[in-house]
Amino acid sequence: MNRLAITAVAATVLALAACSKKPPAQLPPAPGQAVGPAQSALPPGGPTPGTEAHFQQVMNGRDVIYFDTDKYDIDSEDAAALRQQAQYLLQYGSVHATIEGHCDERGTREYNLALGDRRANAAKNYLVSLGVPADRLTTISYGKERPVALGSDEASWAKNRRAVTVILQ
Amino acid sequence: MTKPFIFALLLAGVAAPVVAQQAPPPQATAPARMPGADQPDADVGLTGRVTDESAWEDLQVAIPAFATDREAPTPANSNGTGALGLELARVIYNDLKNNALFKPTGPDSLPRPGYSEITAPAFGTWRGRGAEDLVQGYVRAGANGQLTVGCYLYDVALGQELTRGGWVVAPADWRRAAHKCADLVYSRLSGESPFFDSKIAYIAETGPKNHRVKRLAVMDSDGANHRFITNGQATTLTPRYSPDYSRIAYVSFLNGYSRLYIYDIRSGAQKLLVSSSNATFAPRWSPDGRTILYSVANGGNTDVYSVPVAGGSPRRLTDSPGIDVGGSFSPDGRQIVFESDRSGNQQCYVMNSDGSNQHRISFFGGRCATPEWSPRGDLIAFTHIVGDLRIAVMTPSGSGLRYLTNDWQDEAPTWSPNGRIVQFFRTAKGSGQTSIWQVDLTGRNLRRLPTPVGASDPAWGPVLP
Repeated sequence: MNRLAITAVAATVLALAACSKKPPAQLPPAPGQAVGPAQSALPPGGPTPGTEAHFQQVMNGRDVIYFDTDKYDIDSEDAAALRQQAQYLLQYGSVHATIEGHCDERGTREYNLALGDRRANAAKNYLVSLGVPADRLTTISYGKERPVALGSDEASWAKNRRAVTVILQ
Repeated sequence: MTKPFIFALLLAGVAAPVVAQQAPPPQATAPARMPGADQPDADVGLTGRVTDESAWEDLQVAIPAFATDREAPTPANSNGTGALGLELARVIYNDLKNNALFKPTGPDSLPRPGYSEITAPAFGTWRGRGAEDLVQGYVRAGANGQLTVGCYLYDVALGQELTRGGWVVAPADWRRAAHKCADLVYSRLSGESPFFDSKIAYIAETGPKNHRVKRLAVMDSDGANHRFITNGQATTLTPRYSPDYSRIAYVSFLNGYSRLYIYDIRSGAQKLLVSSSNATFAPRWSPDGRTILYSVANGGNTDVYSVPVAGGSPRRLTDSPGIDVGGSFSPDGRQIVFESDRSGNQQCYVMNSDGSNQHRISFFGGRCATPEWSPRGDLIAFTHIVGDLRIAVMTPSGSGLRYLTNDWQDEAPTWSPNGRIVQFFRTAKGSGQTSIWQVDLTGRNLRRLPTPVGASDPAWGPVLP
């Protein structure tokens, strides 16, 4: 457990070089532009802060991080997303979240359940390293059982190798 | 035993039809054309792709409709025991035909012997039709509603009886009598252990790829008597029959988390096997049914544990920092083959059942996943991953890699009770539709098992007593 946390953080540090794995074409925020939840101006009548809907709106896609085939390390892009998630979780100090680990379809079922658990925990450990109390985070692996992209191609598989942070109501 | 099934191997004298004791009138088999060597026909048992070297695979086996002593109503068939006799022979014929065993000819293209002929076959007629072996039988309805089914195997050339069997079954279990007869014929002619009278547990899949409903289901070895067990509200995975068929271990995401459950077939009750805050999955029974092997994911590290089914403390068998998952006992229960990525990617390992002496056995490149020990002990079936997922076998020392399939995604092999057939599931590219397939240990006779909906994670139970 601790070893994994260290591994995850170490991997992050080592993985600052550009990575080509990201499937969703999402531009990172411009330097200096604050995108944290505190600054997000929400229209009146929007989702209630501290809810999953609000979290998703604020994260704008960064509630999900993606992994390379068979990998579970947190790279710089993941780290940026997780920092935003941590910021949110620290701002709304009473919310609990679960992190779902997922895999693509190109593996055996049981191994993928274990691999999804690794991915979810890599994300969890990173959030904990940023100060989010561990007792507010749970993990669950769905292995290859819940794909979001339905093709049998590299682009779809890349979207399915993911860890999704979900606010528990 | 899961059902009130009265099984009796009747004494030879008892099994013989009573009429046979008297002078049987040799008559009247209004001979339709029997496929002989001179007249091959599409539906007469000459179409099997049997290329096994074994001579027995080429045997011409005739299976005419079973006779009945008298037409009687039975809950097993709305048209009575005569119609049931035809169905019995059809089940036996399909068992042998679908498994490419022998060259069977079924009752729909054969004359129907009378009751008195069952113990005194018209050998001359059968010889003339090119039959080398003959399966005849009868069905009688007893006063209590029970059915008595007799099954006789004859060597036509010698004009001799080879073996016989008799069973008393409840009407609902009539197909089991037919499977028992097919097992008797198969075992006697091939020298192999029987396997037809057995059941398969699997996961029935419906719905689109991103909203797949997965229900625990069971069926007979030929796909008949299909039954759903769970209602589909929670995803269920990887069922395994207990060795005595009384229970099924499986994974359910009931209440949102992956946990192991035991389903009691008789009572219908389901109970949690291990109380744990961690994900538990990949259940496997020990051969004696007393222990279940399973995997626990804890903080990103997965290890293999065992626990007494009757209750008791789990025992941790592996402690590598990598993923150790799955597992399958050797038939003597002394060893376990499992998979681990401790070397960097999925490979197969063997350890003693107490967790000692863990050593890698797969060194042939690619990944080795879902290893499953043959009930004969001499082979391990597994999923070999090199891009595509294929079913393969190897020896317990990891030598003799041999592929049984070559498709886009075949995984999770399990064995027939006699270790002769490997069963697995295939996933279709794109749609993700799943289906259950079987393939002979030789790699021949690959066939899809009929299921009403999509199907995955097949697991064969043992031969029923």
